[in-house]
Amino acid sequence: MALFDVSGYKNHLELRGNILGTGVRHFNFGTTNQEFAVPAGMDPSGFLKSCSREGQGGVSIDLNHGTTTLAFKFRHGVIVAVDSRASAGSYIASKEANKVIEINPYLLGTMSGSAADCQYWERLLAKECRLYKLRNKKRISVSAASKLLCNMMLGYRGMGLSMGSMIIGWDDKGPGLYYVDDNGTRLSGRMFSTGCGNSYAYGVVDSGYHEDMTVEEAYELGRRGITHATHRDAYSGGVVNLYHMQEDGWIKVCKEDVSELIHRYKKGMF
Amino acid sequence: MEYLIGIQGKDFVIVAADNVAASSIIQMKQDQDKMFKLSDKILLLCVGEAGDTVQFAEYIQKNIQLYKMRNGYELSPTAAANFTRKNLADYLRSRTPYHVNLLLAGYDAVDGPGLYFMDYLSALAKAPFAAHGYGAYLTLSIMDRYYRPDLTRDEAVELLRKCIEELNKRLIINLPSFTVRLIDKDGIHDLEKLVPVGAK
Repeated sequence: MALFDVSGYKNHLELRGNILGTGVRHFNFGTTNQEFAVPAGMDPSGFLKSCSREGQGGVSIDLNHGTTTLAFKFRHGVIVAVDSRASAGSYIASKEANKVIEINPYLLGTMSGSAADCQYWERLLAKECRLYKLRNKKRISVSAASKLLCNMMLGYRGMGLSMGSMIIGWDDKGPGLYYVDDNGTRLSGRMFSTGCGNSYAYGVVDSGYHEDMTVEEAYELGRRGITHATHRDAYSGGVVNLYHMQEDGWIKVCKEDVSELIHRYKKGMF
Repeated sequence: MEYLIGIQGKDFVIVAADNVAASSIIQMKQDQDKMFKLSDKILLLCVGEAGDTVQFAEYIQKNIQLYKMRNGYELSPTAAANFTRKNLADYLRSRTPYHVNLLLAGYDAVDGPGLYFMDYLSALAKAPFAAHGYGAYLTLSIMDRYYRPDLTRDEAVELLRKCIEELNKRLIINLPSFTVRLIDKDGIHDLEKLVPVGAK
C-alpha cells in the first residue's frame, strides 16, 4: 500500500534481523516458522521422484503409502475407523501399524500417505495442542488444531510431503471432523475417507448411512467400510481399529482382523 | 472441474460458484463455499489448486482487513483487485507460485459495481461478465448472446440460471448446486442456492 511504504514503517522481523545480525541463524522450533531450514535451491520433491521406481539409477525407495481410513459424524458423536497395513511399494512393512494418534482425550488424528510424515507432523501437532492448553488454560478447539496442522503443511508446500489426515474431536461447538492434507487443503464435513482405499469406503458408508443410526449400527458401518475397502484394495489390510468420539472423550471400541470380518460378511453369499 | 461466474448489472454484481470440493475422482464435500468476503462490499471468488486457493484468498482477505485497521478506510474494489493481482505477479516467478483463478466483485460508492477477472498468470481484466473453469467454454457464449448492460436483478438471475442449466446438460462433470450472492450499494446479499432442474 502506498501509505504503508511512504510512512517508513519497518516490520519487527526486519528490526530483529538488524539487531541479531545476518550471520546468526536462530532456529524457532515452532509452527509459526519453518521446522527445518531448507537450503536455497533444494528441490525435495524432485529428489524423491528420482528415488522411486520411475527414476534412473536402479534405486527404488518407495515410501510407505496405502491405507484406508474413514470417519463420519452421526447423532451420537464421531466414528473413526482405520486399517493397519503399512506398505512400502509391494512389500508389507507392517500388518499392525497404528494409524490413529491419540492427541489428547478429546482429540484424535488419523494418518494416511507417508507414515514418517504423518507420525512426525501429528506428533508435533500434539505438542502444539498441549502448549496451547498450558498457555490458555483451555483445550484447543478442533478447528484451531486442524488449522495448525494445515499451516505446517503449507510451510512445506511443493517439497514432497505426503499426508492425508483427519482431525476428530469434541469441543464447545460439539463434534468436529476436519480433513487436512499435504497440499494444505482443510475441509470440515460430516464424512471423510482417505488413502488409496477411500473410494471403496465411500461406497459402503454412503449407501449404509442414516442419520438416526444407533451406536452399534454406526460401529458396524465403520467396520464394514474398512473391511470392504481392504478386500478390494491391495494396499490396505490388517486389522480394523475402531474409535468412538463422544462428548466426554474418545473410546477405543475394538480391534478386529479384516480377514475374519470379510468371511463373516460373505458367509452365505456363495 | 470448478466453476465461477459473475455478471455485472447497472447497479449490482451477481456472482455464483459451484459447491464441490473434489480430490481426484471423489467429491469430498458438496457444500463448499468458494467465496471470500474481503470487505462489506467486495467478494473474492477463488478456484484452483488445492491448498493454494484458501491460503491465497485468506492472505488477501486478512491484508485487506489490515489496511482498513491501519488507515481507517476500506480499499475500493479497483484497488483491491490490483493489490491481489500484484501479489499473484510477485509469486509467479518464485519457487512457489499460486495456481489460482479469481473473480473479484465489488460495489464502489463512486464508480458503481465492478467485476474483475484474474487468472493464475496474474492477468487482470475488468469485464461486464466473466467465468472460470471448463464450464466457461459452454457459458461465455450464452452471456455474449443474452447479456445487456441494463439487466435487472431478476433478469441477471435468469441469465445465471440459463448458464447453469447448460452446464447440467452438457458438462461431463456433475455440479449439483451453486452458491449465489449479489452485491449492491447495500452490501452483500445471499441469494437462494441454485440447483439445476435437469434436461427435459
